[in-house]
Order: sequence, then structure tokens, then C-alpha cells
Amino acid sequence: MKAFAQLFLSLDETNKTNEKVKVLKDYFNNVPDTDKMHMLALFSGRKPKRQINSTLVRNWAIEASNIPGWLFEESYHVVGDLAETMSLLMPQNRGSSSKTLTEWIAEINALGDKTEEEKKLWLLDSWAMLDTSERFVFNKLLTGSFRVGVSQSLVVKALAEITGIEAPALTHRIMGSWMPATYTYEQLVHEDSASDDISRPYPFFLAYPIQETSEKQKSSDELKIALGDEGEWQAEWKWDGIRSQLIKRGGEIFIWSRGEDLATDKFPELYPFLNALPDGTVIDGELLSFQNGLPMPFNVLQTRIGRKNLTKKILEESPVAVIAYDCLEYNGEDIRNRTQAERRLILEELQAATPFPEIFRLSALISFETWDDLAKTREQSRAMIAEGIMLKRKSATYQVGRKRGDWWKWKIDPLSVDAVMIYAQKGHGRRADLYTDYTFAVWDGDKLVPFAKAYSGLTDAEINKVDYFIKRNTLEKFGPVRTVKPELVFEIGFEGINKSSRHKSGIALRFPRILRWRHDKPKEEADTIESLRALLGE
Amino acid sequence: MPKKPLLEFTDKGIYCAIGKFYIDPWKPVDDAVITHAHADHAYWGHKHYLAHHLSREVLLYRLGEIQLQTVEYGETVIKNGVQISLFPAGHVIGSAQIRVEHQGEVWVVSGDYKVEDDGISTPFEPVRCNHFISECTFGMPVYQWKPQVEIFNDVNNWWRSNVEHGLATVIVGYSLGKAQRILQNLDLSIGNVYTHGVIENTNEALRRNGVILNPTTRITPESVKEEVRKGIILAPPSSVGTPWMRKFGPYSFGYCSGWMAIRGAKRRRAADRGFVLSDHADWDGLVSAIDATGCDSVYLTHGYTATFTRYLNEIGFDAHEVHTLYGDDEGVGSVPEEEPEVHAVPHPALSKGEGSDKRDVQILSFGEDLGEAGGRLS
Repeated sequence: MKAFAQLFLSLDETNKTNEKVKVLKDYFNNVPDTDKMHMLALFSGRKPKRQINSTLVRNWAIEASNIPGWLFEESYHVVGDLAETMSLLMPQNRGSSSKTLTEWIAEINALGDKTEEEKKLWLLDSWAMLDTSERFVFNKLLTGSFRVGVSQSLVVKALAEITGIEAPALTHRIMGSWMPATYTYEQLVHEDSASDDISRPYPFFLAYPIQETSEKQKSSDELKIALGDEGEWQAEWKWDGIRSQLIKRGGEIFIWSRGEDLATDKFPELYPFLNALPDGTVIDGELLSFQNGLPMPFNVLQTRIGRKNLTKKILEESPVAVIAYDCLEYNGEDIRNRTQAERRLILEELQAATPFPEIFRLSALISFETWDDLAKTREQSRAMIAEGIMLKRKSATYQVGRKRGDWWKWKIDPLSVDAVMIYAQKGHGRRADLYTDYTFAVWDGDKLVPFAKAYSGLTDAEINKVDYFIKRNTLEKFGPVRTVKPELVFEIGFEGINKSSRHKSGIALRFPRILRWRHDKPKEEADTIESLRALLGE
Repeated sequence: MPKKPLLEFTDKGIYCAIGKFYIDPWKPVDDAVITHAHADHAYWGHKHYLAHHLSREVLLYRLGEIQLQTVEYGETVIKNGVQISLFPAGHVIGSAQIRVEHQGEVWVVSGDYKVEDDGISTPFEPVRCNHFISECTFGMPVYQWKPQVEIFNDVNNWWRSNVEHGLATVIVGYSLGKAQRILQNLDLSIGNVYTHGVIENTNEALRRNGVILNPTTRITPESVKEEVRKGIILAPPSSVGTPWMRKFGPYSFGYCSGWMAIRGAKRRRAADRGFVLSDHADWDGLVSAIDATGCDSVYLTHGYTATFTRYLNEIGFDAHEVHTLYGDDEGVGSVPEEEPEVHAVPHPALSKGEGSDKRDVQILSFGEDLGEAGGRLS
């Protein structure tokens, strides 16, 4: 555990990519293979099962820290991270421990059948043996929230340099449902055994926005310069659903979402079509709810994902189908190195053969002669329930991760309204102890009704200024939330808008964020609830 | 009629009506008693100043020609029948708690303080009183400092490792206090210490005051870059990311501040290394210091005042949150660096002062001394 805690400290101590890779390599070179696999699992989002519920952990931490509960909560708002708060509040450790990461995780996993009293004893003893930095990572393991300041691609890069295996291949080998208990370092570095897992998905290929960072729309001429000849590109709608990989291998089916979650259980409607696919097929596509053959807005699917059990009613109201984009494996062969055009032909062939064309849909190609044509088509995106247009170079291979060059997303401009900030809350992580999470309102007569929360869109300098304003213009405090004097106006952008019975305003927004701070607008000139309702298109 | 308190909180600062003087006032007054020379406590424009001997040269350097009386710790000055005496606050060299006594009633204004002996400032001394006016910049239990010897061990190891890897070393801390504390604790067998002009000006002022500091070399346009890169560069927060600093690259840049205790704050700073080193008391330090005064009431002026006040009341103190101009709530440090409202009249010496860095003398309110808090989000 000391090595693992040191890894965190060292990663925190540098902002330079090369330094981070070096730190990761040092770690890999100095720990047992089982620790390597546990670390890989944690850094790629495979968190251990939570063995003690977090309320208990919290309560015992409060007890160990010997402070009142409210002070613990306030500390948490200052620190912005539960594991860190607990590690900072506890008294100095009484002893030390030389257990490895593997040994600690084994102990945690063995807690499952212990009584509450036994768990508590074990936890208090463990805390007393760990110093502040070890306690921090230990608490992270325990509470199962393992977001770290280093990307998986850096970890892969370090591992690639150590093993001599290329990064894309390694990225692929650490995908899927493996756990450190079932996948050894030996297996990882030896190609033959690495392909044993028939459920393993491929790394997703992701597109960059063609607008890059600018909000300003690119003109057709600029597109021509950036992308070249229209004939080299295929265009499709950019659907707003769950990006997924559908696998049929060895008579079994697997559905993976892009977050690398195995979601096979969640979509029974897809089983018949998947079972009908030939073995050794992998399809990349978007899952959406459909009604009368038309895609429904994302919020319908979202409500469904949130449910623990899929009732008959849900299956009837929002049946899911896939809009297929690509084929990655055909007849058991990895075809990611073939061209986009070739893969498309294979995909069309597979789709033509399906007895379930309502479920296995093809992402239609948009025909266009000029960039200008396409720009016009793009304006219909919202009516199509699409987020915009995808551009894929016909000669492109299917790559790993987010890459510039061959795939671009060309999203529609967000909808926007001007709104007044009325509540604020402190942020987390690097925004800890700063007011960065805001609630916005529009006018309903002479009242302000809250309609959206947004966390992003301001620069650090703007955040400081807003934070300064909030701290001096607080009307009331409710726990961590402050009611702020209504004064600051912001332009809020969002991708979509839907009716919602769960929200006071009666509407729900998709991806709300701050587009800009309207210093020029007094609060009286912010938009009204009517202007939002008008966007509902009713 | 209830008796008027000996000290009260006014829109100009902490005021003693009987003695007719202010403590750390932020608007021009006739008679000011100054706890220490940091810009947020020692404002320009008062007619008469009273401070500790060791603050003398720094005050004159920062505020120019002022009418200044200085005293020793424990020495008593009487103003209109009110006895004033200064006691060490351990915050920076020359920092003092102000003890005010009248007809047996004793008030103490802490200014800023820390309880750990930093080896360079006269160590903090608890003073018995009826009413204690305290800071609480780090009044949250997550702030718990390690002994400075451990921190400086880390600093020196980091410096040594930078030298081995061909990196220049830049260490950042406020020019009065943190800079000298770092300077006196560096392992000079590793290399020489080079200083930014603002810090060297402060060092010179302190040396004029008879303070003995380790040798330093001022960085000038004539400095030989390769030589400087072998040593360690002491720089103020305002120099972070400036061309002045960049010309010494490649370097590793370390930041010394209590805020470095929290990962989020450290990440915002984007320092290569964050050293948890503060000239303010940590949580336990605050509680023990307040307890040691044996006071009947305690008033919290700046820092996490709301939280700390509530806690003190729960454990049996009579604590009050004081809303002053700098009643900054818990908003310590997240104030934008250049906030026009709180800038005081620019000091005339700024324009002629050789090598003086405007940012360093910009006036912020209490609790925002630039070393800890100001520029926290740069």
C-alpha cells in the first residue's frame, strides 16, 4: 500500500505527461504482478465491490476523528472529496503496515460475510495503521470512487514502454469484464492467452468536434479547406442515445456501453437479433428508444436506465433498437484495419440478412454533393432527433480512442436562454471550497423559477469573480446551498429540451452549460419561462 | 446603562474609544496600532503608527515616510489612560498581539499568529485576557500542520533532486515571513540562494533592523542564468508564470502555503510541488491558543469564521463571528487577485520604488495576505 500511496503523491506532484509516465513505470517496476493488475483495474474504472456501505464508513470516520457530525460535513465541503476528508480528519496513525495493495484488497473483499461489529473493528484498526496518504488511497478503495488525475491512456503508455506491446493492443487487452482475480499479468502480456475472454469489446473510436474549441460555426469554405474533397467522406446523423458495442461470439451475446459497462441485462429487446447474428460478429452502434419507428429523445431512455427492474410497461413504452454504425469483427476476424467503406459494405450485408430489421437498423448515409448541401441538411438535425452530423473518411481505419483526422462530429448549435443565477454550491476536486455549481432561473411573471443547474463553461478567472460575488451576496444558507442575490446573468446553452414532471419548471434540459457571462444584461432582461416553453415546440 | 466595550468593530477597523486609537485600521485614522507589516494589516495613510521594533524597517520600506513609534514586546504605552502592550504572535518577524487594558479589563487582538516556533519570528506567547479577538484563517479541522522540520526536509530533498536532474528550483512564498522562514531552513550545502527583487528588498529592510539572515544574492538583469539555475530561487507569489520566472526554465516550482493541505487547492495552483507550510495556526493551534488566553469571550475576524465560531460555542466558549469589512465569511483566499473595491490608495513610493512589485503591495483585506491566500487561484 505504501507504494500505491506514493504513486498517488508522485502523480500529484507533476503536471508533465512524461513525468507521470515515468512515475507509473517506476510503480510497475517495483510492485508484484498482482499489484500491477489491481492498479490497472482501479485505473481503468474496475472498482472493487463496496463491502461496507458508505454511511457506515462515514459514521465510523466521524467517530474516529472525534468531531461533531456537522463539522465533518462542513469539512467535506471544504475538501470536496470524501476519502480525502476522512484521511485528513483522523488522528495520526499509531503503527504502520507493510501489506501490499493485493493484500489490502483481499481483506476488503473478505469483509462481505462479516458482522457490522467485526467490520467496524477491522476498519478502525486499519485506519490506525495507515498514515494520511495511505489512508487516502485506502478510503478510495473502500468507498469505491476511484477517479484519479491520470488518464487510462497514460497508464497504457507506461505499460507499453515496459512490456514492449503496442498501446492500441494493450488498450484492447484491458477492455472487458476481467477482474484482477481472474486475469494475470502473465496473461495480459502474452498475446495468446489474452484473447481468451470472448466478451472482450474493442476500444471505441471517438470523434473530435469539428468546431474544436470555437463556438463559431465553420463556413462551407472552411470545411473545404479543413476536410478537402466531399467525395472522400461519408456523412451520417449523430444520434443521441447510448453508444454501444454488440458482441456475438461462441453462441453468447454481450452488450457493452461506452463507459465499459456490461449492459446485456438492460436491453432484452436486442436478444433475438443478436442471437440471429453469425458467431464472431461485433457491431458498433447507438441504442435508442423508438416509438412508431421513430427515435425518441434521450430522456426517455434515461428514465429507463435509471430503473432497477425492467417492467413490461417500460419495455412496451420505450422499446430499444440499435442504429448500427460500424462492424468491427466479422467471421471472428478483427476487421478494424479495413477501410470505412469496406466495413460499411459488410455492415450492410449483415443488416440485410437480419430477420429483425426493426431492431437492427442501419445508420443511414446522408447524400450530399457539396459542403454547403450538408450544412443545410445539418439544420434539420433537431427535427430528426439527432445531435448533428458525423463525418467519417471513407478510407479510415477504426482507431482507438479520440483521434483527430478521420472522424469528426459536427454538432448543431446549442439552444440557449439568458438566465439569472439564484443558488450556488461548492464544487469538488480541483474546485473544492469554491462556489462553482450554480442553479439558474428564468422569469415567470415577477418570480424567478429555477430550471437548470450548470457546472461548466466559465474560465478559472470568471469562477473566482463569481465566487467572490456569491460570498458577499448570500441571502440564505441551506446546508451547503446558498441562495444568492439574483443579479448575475448568464447565457445557458443546452442540446435539447423536454417536458418533465420531476422539475419545478416543468422542463428538463439536456447538457446544460454556461456559454457566457452576460455582463451587459441586467437581471430584468433575462428570458422568461414562456421562451423556454416555446422551445418545446408545442 | 451597559458599559461600552473597550474595543469595538467599526467601519475603519478595531477601535478603542477611550484610548482613541485603532488596531490595524483599513481607512486613514489619526492613531493606528499595527500588529504586523503585512499589507492587509498595515495600511498607508494613518497619522501615527505604533508597532514592534522589528517591524520598523519593513514598515518604512513599504509605507515610506510615516510617523512611527516602535516598542519592545512587553513594554507598555499609555494612550488616554489605556495601557497598550505588544506580545509575540509568531506569525512573521516583528508580528505582535496587541494587549489593551483599562480599569482591569483586558482585550487582546491577535492579528495573525501561529503557535509553532519557526526559529526566526519571536515565538507566540499566550496572553491572559477577558476578550480575545482572533483570526481563524485555517479554522477547519482538516488543516493540521506537520512540524516544519519535516516540511523542510522535503523541500531540501526536492531541491537536491532538481539539481541532480538539471532542473532549476523556484520556491514561492510571501516576501515577508515565508521567504525568510524558507531561507533560514534551506540546506546551503546544496547551493546558493537567489532572490527576487521584492524579497531581497524585504530582506534588506530586515537586515537594517538587525535581523541576521542567511546570505542571499539578488537576481538582476546581470545575473548569470546558469549560475542561478544551480541554486534555489526565492520568489513571491506574484512572479508565478511571469516571463521573469520563465527565463530560468526548465525548472520545478514549489509552493509553500497552508492551502496546499488540500489536493483540490494544490491542483488548482498547478505547482510542481506543494509544501504545506503556513504562518497561521492550524486547527489545533487555534483551539489551544484561544484556550490558553482563559478569555471570557472570543471574536473571530477572518477565516472560516462561521464554522469555527459554532464549534467554539459547542465546546463551551462564548464565541462571536465578527462581520467587518473583511468579514469575508469562509471565503478566505478565493478572492480575485485584483479586486478594485478593496484596493487602498496606492502608495506614492510605488512609482519610484526600485524593483518594487506592485502586486506585492496591493492592498487586500484581512485574511488575504498574499502569501497564503492572495493569488491562491492564479
